[in-house]
Amino acid sequence: MEQTVKAPKVNLAVQLAGLTLQNPIMPASGTFGFGEEYAPFIDLNRLGALVVKTITLHPTPGNPPPRLMESYCGLLNSVGLQNPGLEVFLREKLPYLRQYRPPLIVSIAGRTMEEYAELATRLSEAKGIAALEVNISCPNVKEGGIVFGTVPAMAARVTAIVKEHTHLPVIVKLTPNVTDITAIARAVEDAGAGAIALINTLQGMAIDIEKRRPALANIVGGLSGPAIKPVALYAVWRVARAVKVPVIGMGGIMTARDAIEFLLAGASAVAVGTATLVNPGAIMEIIAGLENYLTEQGLEDVRELIGALQT
Amino acid sequence: MLQYLEAEVLASHQLGQDVYLLRLHAPLIAEAAQPGQFVHVRCSETFDPLLRRPLSIHDAGNKGELTLLYQVKGRGTAWLALQQPGQKINILGPLGRGFTLPQNKRLALVAGGMGMVPLLFLARRALEAGNEVDFFYGTRDREQLYQLETLKAMQVNLFLATDDGSAGFQGPVTKLWEKYIPERSYDRGYACGPRQALAAFARLSGKFSLPAEVSLEERMACGLGACRGCVTALLDAQGKIYYENVCTGGPVFDAATVYWGDQVKWNKL
Repeated sequence: MEQTVKAPKVNLAVQLAGLTLQNPIMPASGTFGFGEEYAPFIDLNRLGALVVKTITLHPTPGNPPPRLMESYCGLLNSVGLQNPGLEVFLREKLPYLRQYRPPLIVSIAGRTMEEYAELATRLSEAKGIAALEVNISCPNVKEGGIVFGTVPAMAARVTAIVKEHTHLPVIVKLTPNVTDITAIARAVEDAGAGAIALINTLQGMAIDIEKRRPALANIVGGLSGPAIKPVALYAVWRVARAVKVPVIGMGGIMTARDAIEFLLAGASAVAVGTATLVNPGAIMEIIAGLENYLTEQGLEDVRELIGALQT
Repeated sequence: MLQYLEAEVLASHQLGQDVYLLRLHAPLIAEAAQPGQFVHVRCSETFDPLLRRPLSIHDAGNKGELTLLYQVKGRGTAWLALQQPGQKINILGPLGRGFTLPQNKRLALVAGGMGMVPLLFLARRALEAGNEVDFFYGTRDREQLYQLETLKAMQVNLFLATDDGSAGFQGPVTKLWEKYIPERSYDRGYACGPRQALAAFARLSGKFSLPAEVSLEERMACGLGACRGCVTALLDAQGKIYYENVCTGGPVFDAATVYWGDQVKWNKL
């Protein structure tokens, strides 16, 4: 039968911290390099946003290998924020990233408050950056990182300092390795965060029983992948009810179904991380799957899903 | 060019205990493949096991055939070993930087155990480029010497070593190679195998001022240089350690740039 009336195209666009995303699916920082690594597989212009690997003020060498260990349905990593530093990012990575239309979100981590301030200042002077994501949740570095993310007052101070030094929207990325993630979320909201991203990886370890040594040279690593999805989903649901600012949900999203669960739990957007390491086209498949779901459900707008969980 | 495709299994042969030869129909990858490169193989229909497995390209034929040779080490490779002809396997490749391929030179290829896998492909292409190839191949015992017929048919000069002396020279393959270095005056050396054997190979090639390349192995996630998970320690011009991706900076490295210290020491750096 010939189709005469085209089905109305669903709206996938969402607003978030003053940004307009053409769809709510973005890569998770640290799993997408600086974008160029995935350009052979996907059209970066179709992403909801571009989120690059965390950069630090100075080049960070990262942790010794081995840095990876697979677990059941999961991946432990102890990369340790290896990155070429702010100068190289501005000179060599940013010009490439600027050619793409989706908002560019730059993830930053400092060892001190001063470093966060300087990163915010310098990145705000650069052209082509839409927002900053403040990483106060990396479990794999000794200084900074998670230290700032586990105490509400510290998390608030970092957020406030970044806010003071930038006109850009500030997204704060939280660690689940805390007693009450909603307390941290409220603290960063009060300090001016425009959106909250969660969760970063869960701390974990693995042991090589032949060598009787830790499987990771760093001993401890961050667990990601489908293994952590229920934990992430619960954290997102709790935080979304505890704060007014939008939440970006992540943690083990592998399929469109997973992404939809996070939206229903209250996330305004979601990030895909470990799935991309397994399947370079995962993000595109999730965007297409989300669109299909909306059509099948007779919905016209993805925003109808956000927080639509019935309890 | 890098491909991301479903390759059909043509055949899967068990060559020994836990060792399998997998022949795939993957013309686009087979045509592009260079010796030393690898493919990243999805070894599950679910998310458990989760990550792809990086496997060295063992051979690439003219009928669009891509050959992998691997040892079952865990749940991923165990899944792979169960795949039957006609089934499709999701692969990404060819990936990584391969070996330097000179013309009309005399080359030494030194393989320890499963390190023979990428060196057979290198030997084939090296011979096609007019090189003379001395192929040193060492294993624990004669049972672990795979693909001898293929190597002999290729007309490499084959030198065997086993730890127990059940075939060829008794002792490490690098010890056997060492005896030939002065008289054979090689232009370049290549090695793949256990880290200890590679360290010995690097020491010897340094001692004889022989340009040398090694293929390294690390646990890997993306295979594309994005995640920085598979790094190895290299030495810069000042002798300072830095970390380089095995997936995109390697897996083949100049043996002189690799830091051969042990892992415990890395912890203390």
